[in-house]
Amino acid sequence: MTMHTIVESNLKPEQAVLDQVCYAGDPWMAEIKKGQVFRILDLEGNQAVDTLFYSAADPEERYSAVDTISRQGKLYLTTGSVLYSSEGRPMLTIIADTCGRHDTLGGACSSESNTVRYALDKRPMHSCRDSFMHALNSCGCAHHHGMSKRDISANINFFMNVPVTQDGQLSFADGISAAGKYVEMRAEMDVVVLISNCPQLNNPCNAYNPTPIRLLVWD
Amino acid sequence: MEKQSYLWEEAIPGGCHWSGLVRRGTVLRFTDLEGGANLSALFYNPEDRLERYNMPDTLKAQHTAFLTTGKVCYSDMGRVMCSIVEDSLGWHDTMCGVQDAAMSEARYGKAVFQTHQNRMHRNGKDGLLVELAKYGLGKRDLVANVNFFSKVTPDAEGVMNFVQNFSMAGAYVDVRFDMNTLLILSAAPHPLDPGTSYKPAAVKISARHAGLAAQDDLCRNSCAQNQRGFINTERYYL
Repeated sequence: MTMHTIVESNLKPEQAVLDQVCYAGDPWMAEIKKGQVFRILDLEGNQAVDTLFYSAADPEERYSAVDTISRQGKLYLTTGSVLYSSEGRPMLTIIADTCGRHDTLGGACSSESNTVRYALDKRPMHSCRDSFMHALNSCGCAHHHGMSKRDISANINFFMNVPVTQDGQLSFADGISAAGKYVEMRAEMDVVVLISNCPQLNNPCNAYNPTPIRLLVWD
Repeated sequence: MEKQSYLWEEAIPGGCHWSGLVRRGTVLRFTDLEGGANLSALFYNPEDRLERYNMPDTLKAQHTAFLTTGKVCYSDMGRVMCSIVEDSLGWHDTMCGVQDAAMSEARYGKAVFQTHQNRMHRNGKDGLLVELAKYGLGKRDLVANVNFFSKVTPDAEGVMNFVQNFSMAGAYVDVRFDMNTLLILSAAPHPLDPGTSYKPAAVKISARHAGLAAQDDLCRNSCAQNQRGFINTERYYL
């Protein structure tokens, strides 16, 4: 049995400068300044929070899953993990984590990948990529930068448990998150965060029950 | 296969980069000519270059963390772009990306054209970006790539282990293209290769006609997901 290290935070929600709830199936986009602390809280448990980061100054520089994996030689994210950009620079550092492990291999669901993974007739169902696209089509900061599908790269799935065995088998295992678990990170540069609170209804890893998340920022 | 049956062959010297349009139904055999090769690869649909190789969709559709015979590479649009139809190695990485100039200099030192001419050090990121630029693509299009010939395994805690001396001279992998594909390649070192001397191996490309995936195709039938992926690809070309 793998042991996960749990690190709690002392930050108080009543002192947060931002405190919002994002429902399942909704996107969420915000700018987080260098030095601010960002917390994602799993309100009801085993929710997948598909997350992308962009440099606020130049969104061509964005979160890179492969740089994050290879620069640290580690597949999973937890306290101490640095989230690296496509330019090899630290974007954020995870400083607290009461879940213990987060995925960055599994990507986001899309209507097209749902036809492959589940059935051809699943195409009309809501998906994370639809939420990402909707946010990029409707959020002012995305429009300003001309962001599009080109900018949707391999994301982080906070609270998702996607273990890889030594012989290379990959599975979407039962969640290790629970109601009230959270992950907290410090921004190392000004970043734009783009979240899809996953609406996946075909996968048992969230008990077929997408639920809300809470997002907090501290100065 | 006899050499004369290939449509064409071309060697990519170690560290160098290459690109080209590969028509569906073509198999490219990549051969490690010297041992220890790493061939970073990206795939784009030339009719709609926003459609490109998607590492997460490829891995989760097939419940695998690596590529070998029977596995396919998915685009972000749910289509099979290419298939591994034969493989002498059993593992090709797609989790680790490429080296950039700073990583290369930190590991191997600096060797620029002025002093080293064609022995200059090249890195995977700059090589892929040079080739992408020939088609109007750039950094925003540089997605997670395949690293043919490289094996990296995670332990139970997720610590990544680069397997040394994995690919020997003569190792090969046959990739059948199921969509017309803009293929972008770099033969520069893998980012987790712990070697400290710059000696990337050359890779040979050998092209042949193979035709489209038959109904009893190994890759099509390796899982129900791939059967659906091939249907998506075939509907695109109707």
